[in-house]
Amino acid sequence: MVVEQVSVFVENKPGRLSKVTRILGEAGINIRALSIAELGEFGVIRLVVDRPHEAKAVLSNSGFTVGINRVLAIEMGDEPGSLAKIASVLGDAGVNIDYAYAFIARAREKAVLIARVDDIKRAEEVLSSEGIGLLSAEELEDL
Amino acid sequence: MFEHRMETMPPKELKELQLERLKATVRYCYENVPFYRKKFKEAQLRPEDIKSLDDLAKIPFTVKDDLRDHYPYGILAKPLKEVVRFHSSSGTTGIPTVVGYTKKDISTWAKIMARGLATAGVTGDDIVQVAYGYGLFTGGLGFHYGCEELGAATIPAGGGITPTKRQIQILKDMHSTVLCCTPSYALYLAEEAGKEGIEPERDFSLRIGIFGAEPWSEATRKKIERALDLRAHDVYGLSEIWGPGVGMECEAREGLHVWSDHFIMEVIDPESGEVLEPGEKGELVFTTLTREAMPLLRYRSRDISVVDEEPCSCGRTHPRMLRVLGRSDDMLIIRGVNVFPSQVEHVLMRIPGIGDSYQIIVDRDILDVLRVRVEVTPEMFSDKLAELEALRRRVEEELAAVLSVSARVELVEPGTIPRTPGKAQRVVDLRKGKI
Repeated sequence: MVVEQVSVFVENKPGRLSKVTRILGEAGINIRALSIAELGEFGVIRLVVDRPHEAKAVLSNSGFTVGINRVLAIEMGDEPGSLAKIASVLGDAGVNIDYAYAFIARAREKAVLIARVDDIKRAEEVLSSEGIGLLSAEELEDL
Repeated sequence: MFEHRMETMPPKELKELQLERLKATVRYCYENVPFYRKKFKEAQLRPEDIKSLDDLAKIPFTVKDDLRDHYPYGILAKPLKEVVRFHSSSGTTGIPTVVGYTKKDISTWAKIMARGLATAGVTGDDIVQVAYGYGLFTGGLGFHYGCEELGAATIPAGGGITPTKRQIQILKDMHSTVLCCTPSYALYLAEEAGKEGIEPERDFSLRIGIFGAEPWSEATRKKIERALDLRAHDVYGLSEIWGPGVGMECEAREGLHVWSDHFIMEVIDPESGEVLEPGEKGELVFTTLTREAMPLLRYRSRDISVVDEEPCSCGRTHPRMLRVLGRSDDMLIIRGVNVFPSQVEHVLMRIPGIGDSYQIIVDRDILDVLRVRVEVTPEMFSDKLAELEALRRRVEEELAAVLSVSARVELVEPGTIPRTPGKAQRVVDLRKGKI
C-alpha cells in the first residue's frame, strides 16, 4: 500500500513555502503532512495531500517544478519506542530509509511515519509480517 | 579523394607550395589593391620582406570593417569587367560586405567544394538536395557548383524558396542521398516529415548530410542523425572567403580539413593578436592563396577554434580546425582564462533536462566569479536532496574540466531566468565598473 507524495523544488529564500501553500489552499487541496528539506541555496518541500495529481497540476501551472513519488505511510503507536521498532524492522531487512517525517493523528490516537525507502516491496513485506500497519491514501484522509 | 595527390601531399611540400603562393599573393595585393599598398606602407613593409611563412605575422590583419569601409568595390584586385559574380552579406551593422568573383574564382571555388564534398563521402553517383538559400548568400550556389563539379545529380531545392512540404516530397520521390542545409533546417525538416507520418529509414534514401552556416553541437549532430537516418558532416566557410568549403569534415569527423593549397590558417590570441601554437584555442585567421578578384591577407574570422596539425586517419595531410567554439566577440576572460558561452552550453547539453534554461553570470568578488544558473526541470528534479546536489556537483565538475576555471552552479526555480523575445540573455557580466 503506497501513498503518493508531492515534492516541489524551491529556492531557499523567503516566501516560497507561503507561495506553495497559498496555491494549494486556493485550489482547496488539504495538506495532511509536510516536510521541508534544504541544502544551501535550494530545497524540496514534500507534501502528503488529499489530491496529489491536482496539487501537481496547479503548482506546475504556477511555474514550479513538481514531482510525485511513492512513499509509505506507516502507522505506529503514539508511545515511546514505536519509531525505533519500525526503523529496526526495516534496517534488519536491509531496507534503507531515504528520508522520513512523522505526524500525530489525534482521531486514531496513533502516529504516522511518512517514509521514502529504497525498496518499497521489501519494506511492505517485512512491516506486515511484524504486524505493523500501512495506511492507504483514503485512510490518510480519514485521520 | 577528388584530388588525391594534392590532398595527401607531404606537409613539407605543402609548406613550400604555400610560401610560393603567399609571395605571389602578397605582391599581387600590393600591386593591385590600394588598400593593401597603404597598409603595407603604414607597416613599413615591402612585398619582398615576406621570405618565409613565419614572415606572414608581419602583415597587418584585415578585418570585416575594412571591407565595409571599402564598400562596395574598393577592395577588388581586378577591374569590374573581369568580375562575373557578386555575393553579399548584410550583417547586423547596416553596411553590407560585397565579395566579387572572377570566372577563375568561380571554377576554383567549385573545385574546392567538390573536394570537400568528396571528403565528406559524396560521389558522382549521389543525388544531392541543396537546401541552402540561393541568392546573395553563398551557401546555395557554393554547394551547387561543387556538386556539379563532382558530377553528382544536383537538385537546387533552395531553402527559403521551396516550401518544406515540397522539400520532403523531393527527398521521398527523388530518393535524394545527400542533404545540404543548415542544421536547424535539418531538424525542422525531420520534425515536419514526422508530422506527415514519414519514417526516414523507410521513406528516405539519405546517407550523408552536410550541415553548416550556423554553430551546432555534437548533441545536435546525434539528434539529426537519428531523426533523418544519415551521417552528418560539419562544413565551414566565410562569405568573405568564397563561402562554404573552407573546411570540411572527413569520415574521421575529428575536425574539418582546411585546404593548405588554397588557404593559410593561423590561430591568434583575439586580445593581443599574437600567433598561437597548434592546439591552442584562439581566433582563426585566413590568408587566401588562389583568389583573383578579392584576395585577403590575414583576414580575422572572429571564429574561435583550435587547429590540429597531427596526421589524420583519412590520409589527408591538410591541417584541421575543430568545430567552431564561438565568436571572439562573445569571449569572456575569467581569472585570465578565455571562456566561451558555447563551452558552457556544450556541457549543459549533456545533462538530460537542461534545455535553454540557463544563464551565465560573471561577477567580481576579489577574483572573478563564474556562476551558472540552471533552472530545475521535471526531468532533472528529484525529491532526494542528495541526488539534486550530486547533479549540481557533476555539472560543476564537468564545467571545471572543460573550462579550466571553476564555476559555481546554482539550481533555480523555473521562470527565474528572464526571457526576452528572440534571444535569451544568456550572459550577464556584472564586472563592469568594478576594479
